[in-house]
Amino acid sequence: MIQHLITLPVLIPMIGAMALLLASQASDTRRRQLSVVLCAAQVLVSAWLLSRAAGGELLFYALGNWQAPFGIVLMVDRLSALMLALTAVLALGCVLFASAGEDARGSNFHGLFQLQLMGLNGAFLTGDLFNLFVFFEILLLASYALLMHGGGKERIGAGLHYVILNLAGSALFLVALGVLYGATGTLNMADMARRVAVMSGDQAALVTAGALLLVVVFSLKAALLPLYFWLPRTYAAAPAPVAALFAIMTKVGLYAILRVQALIFVETPAAAHITTWLWWSGLATIALAGVGVLAARDLRTLVAYLVLVSVGTLLAGLALGSIEAIGALLYYLPHTTLACGALYLIAELIGQQRGKAGTRLVRGRRLYQRHLLGGMFLVAAVAVAGLPPLAGALGKLLLMQATEGTARLWLWPLLLLAGLCALIAMSRAGSVFFWASYKGEVESGRVSRPQLAGALWLLASAPLLVGFAGPVSDYARDTAEQLAAPQVVISRLLGASPALQFGQHILDEGESP
Amino acid sequence: MEALFSLVVGVLTASGIYLLLRGRTFPVIVGLALLGYAVNLFLFSTGGLHTHAAAVIGESISPADPLPQALVLTAIVIGFAMTAFVVILAIRARSELGSDHVDGQSGEAGDAK
Repeated sequence: MIQHLITLPVLIPMIGAMALLLASQASDTRRRQLSVVLCAAQVLVSAWLLSRAAGGELLFYALGNWQAPFGIVLMVDRLSALMLALTAVLALGCVLFASAGEDARGSNFHGLFQLQLMGLNGAFLTGDLFNLFVFFEILLLASYALLMHGGGKERIGAGLHYVILNLAGSALFLVALGVLYGATGTLNMADMARRVAVMSGDQAALVTAGALLLVVVFSLKAALLPLYFWLPRTYAAAPAPVAALFAIMTKVGLYAILRVQALIFVETPAAAHITTWLWWSGLATIALAGVGVLAARDLRTLVAYLVLVSVGTLLAGLALGSIEAIGALLYYLPHTTLACGALYLIAELIGQQRGKAGTRLVRGRRLYQRHLLGGMFLVAAVAVAGLPPLAGALGKLLLMQATEGTARLWLWPLLLLAGLCALIAMSRAGSVFFWASYKGEVESGRVSRPQLAGALWLLASAPLLVGFAGPVSDYARDTAEQLAAPQVVISRLLGASPALQFGQHILDEGESP
Repeated sequence: MEALFSLVVGVLTASGIYLLLRGRTFPVIVGLALLGYAVNLFLFSTGGLHTHAAAVIGESISPADPLPQALVLTAIVIGFAMTAFVVILAIRARSELGSDHVDGQSGEAGDAK
């Protein structure tokens, strides 16, 4: 019985989504309660998986009991458990916030939200490349609908770009899968890792092409430099709770790159190409996003560029590849995701009290609850700019410590300058919102209790991640060590008789093209 | 057969990408559909091209690989749903933005007044 529980992060949102979509006649309150309960259940399940994985345990689940290289497997290691927990925590805050009324502006908000969670959780759990594609499509389809929740010109226009770009990305994903399947004859990640390690000649060239195509697709999701231009407009147009949830969407791309790089391609010629590309594009993303942060004329766009700064930082850290660097980025990742999510929610709260001026950086009327919102904005700004005493500073410090040699010359100044840009932009935004205002506030757009609960839930992560910095960074480091030893996963999943199976594989190879 | 097959996939991909880069939503959607066909054909060929080979063991001397066929089936279903969605979205964008240009520009021939 207990081994089936690993499927719960996919099953809970799937069944919940069906119930929510079917119960369209139920009252808003009922649906909100159900949705919050589902998210809380996912937090509990992912906490349980996290505690199992923290001990170094690897959990596998063969769907339909089809054994590993032939059927689809779900796999939980430290990285998957961390991402699942992060998703669940973020989602709970977003659902609480949306329950204040945002969800009633269109139809089926909660059902779609749960479907999106199903796609996210599935993508983090699966150990099969084609299954990863299917879960990507699930989360994308749900995200298309969520992005346009409530309608409006801005959202439809941004949504059209987002959908077309991602459809083209999906086509590229399938091409990459086709190339890899044609070259290796398998789609299971662990099995593929074992086969690409002994390839040479034409087949190895095909694997390199497939690997680079995959990285292009994942970079599109992660919003790396040449492929990020869709992000600011899309995120700025999305409804606040959806934009906050989208903070994890870029991290799905990052997770996928980290997974395929660490598990499959680490020993192949493709690995060097991948890290070179990630390093330079990551650095360029930090630089351009820093400029974008300064240039933004609206708080939502500003936060979108801050998301891009964190993407660039994380991917440049990924390209460093050492255990210290991966550990540092895994410590930084939850912090930056939750801080950006919280900022989107706070931006919405500020916008709803400023009437027509909204979140644009112009003089507007004085905020009604300026002390509460000012305090929350201050904490979020300090967190996202990476200033001490919050966790962003620790994460950046760990990452800077992990860089060695000439890499320091590039990463250190860019990282610090991007932090400075974020600081300048956030101080400017804060002074416009809270000080440069007309006298005479209007009592409208009061922060409701669920909105406050949702925003504080996400915001609480910043001090908590500092308070528990020791255990969290130990966990991140253990995760990096686990990722650095992919042989353990492969032998646990496929058994320890590689020689025999390789012989079988080479026989098969004669027949394939 | 291989040459013809790859030629077809190549032409479909090239036309798909050309149309994808157009400015109006309708050619873009047709481009996405063509790209989808090209990708499906390509996936189909990843198991190797055989004639007279059923994907069932015992039906023919060297059975074809059944996995690409399953993958293509999944890809077709997903592609179908996505195309339906993007068509509806394009119609919605045309009515909301008053233009079927992908950037919402208006003032060109064929735009709503």
